[in-house]
Amino acid sequence: MAELKFRNDLIGGSAGIPGGPPRECCPGSAGKKPDFVIGTIMTASGPVEKVSTRLSSSDYLGHIRCRTTAFRNNYTIPPGIYAAGQPGEDSDILVSSNYKLSFDALRKELEGLNVWILVLDTRGINVWCAAGKGTFGTEELLRRISSTGIEHIVSHRRLIVPQLGAPGVSAYKVKRASGFTVCFGPVRARDLKEFIARGYRATDMMRTVSFPIYDRLVLTPMEIVPAMKNYPVYVLIVLVISGLHPDGILFRDAIAGGIPLLLLGLVAILAGAFITPLLLPYIPSRSFAVKGWIAGIFFVFPLVRFTWPDGGQDPILLGFSCLFFPMVSSYVALQFTGSTTFTGMSGVKKELRTAVPVYIVSGVISLVLLIIHKIAGWGPL
Amino acid sequence: MGSTLKYLTGVSSLVLDPEKCTGCGVCMTVCPHKVFTRMEKKVTVTDRDLCMECSACVNNCAFGALTVDRGVGCAAALINSMINGGEPSCDCSGGPDKASCC
Repeated sequence: MAELKFRNDLIGGSAGIPGGPPRECCPGSAGKKPDFVIGTIMTASGPVEKVSTRLSSSDYLGHIRCRTTAFRNNYTIPPGIYAAGQPGEDSDILVSSNYKLSFDALRKELEGLNVWILVLDTRGINVWCAAGKGTFGTEELLRRISSTGIEHIVSHRRLIVPQLGAPGVSAYKVKRASGFTVCFGPVRARDLKEFIARGYRATDMMRTVSFPIYDRLVLTPMEIVPAMKNYPVYVLIVLVISGLHPDGILFRDAIAGGIPLLLLGLVAILAGAFITPLLLPYIPSRSFAVKGWIAGIFFVFPLVRFTWPDGGQDPILLGFSCLFFPMVSSYVALQFTGSTTFTGMSGVKKELRTAVPVYIVSGVISLVLLIIHKIAGWGPL
Repeated sequence: MGSTLKYLTGVSSLVLDPEKCTGCGVCMTVCPHKVFTRMEKKVTVTDRDLCMECSACVNNCAFGALTVDRGVGCAAALINSMINGGEPSCDCSGGPDKASCC
């Protein structure tokens, strides 16, 4: 490998260019180096932080918290230039987002490479979603190229942008405005080494987004958590309705009548938020609303008769359960369209045009059934 | 395993204007779902139903040969905009600085 040197002849000319990653994001991180920084490299545009290509246990802990809680809303790193290995003037520039989960996914694949990483300010959003919003986009890339002075650090004019940045980054516009040629890299960071080794050519596989079971599984906690947010309200309503009696609220009725409904509600949510994403390719229909409904029926129906102490004798209550709970699963499953790699807006709109009226009508019928059940249960007043 | 997941058929708004297409193939590079193939000196849409309207191709076509309705394919975002008005966005948890979600 060629000895990589800096163009010292440019240093004098670039004295006024601000160096290092700008620190406009990330309150709280000012002054304290993130623990993935393992050194500093002096360049023509100032010092550049060198990052580790190994993830630490605190990185992994952060990733778990991102996958499960709102912790991810502030999981950012300062935008700017970073170095992996010992890059020089001929080294590639990889463009990434400032969501630390994405940045980590990139840097852990860079062991043995000498590259620059240009991190855009995407407000802590991953590359693909940020590209959709435009924050990982042409303008931000051009801004970051000039604010970092990266053109003084390298002698070439090439950028490797992840392919999923293409909805935001327009290669021909970047070329026109900055002279940098955008080369779209593979979809997944783990293919980067092979992509570079092949002379910056991606195979069809590297260019295609898939959605395997593991990728779906890691998304399910953030389906379950929001769906469960309204569960306490549901618990309260169910207990009050179940216990409601002309003489007041009976605690024993609230528990006896309420628990089956609470249990079925929980099963319905899990069918929509966990089972449907997990078994996505195997559940019939392309519509997420129908998939969720099928999953709901599959899990709710066998349980309905077992959840009541009397074996579910009341046909009205059975009717309510078989109508209401699969609808809950369907609604929850429909939310997963926002997390997949293959659903588009026109399709989701089409689903909603049918699903929303169906949800409203079955919600009203469910309520009526519940009221009838309740009044019938009180007997003649 | 490896089965290609497909969403609803006949909904994608992707349009390719063969008159404007120069066959440069940048759309084939950026498309994450192999929607395009090369036919002689032009590019054609092989399977429109694979398109998720991400607009990577539109954004990178220097000749304006492609159009698509761009937007978030997320039920929560679309329901939110139905109820509260405004453009559907991924900002489920509050203001623009709290952009979260996907």
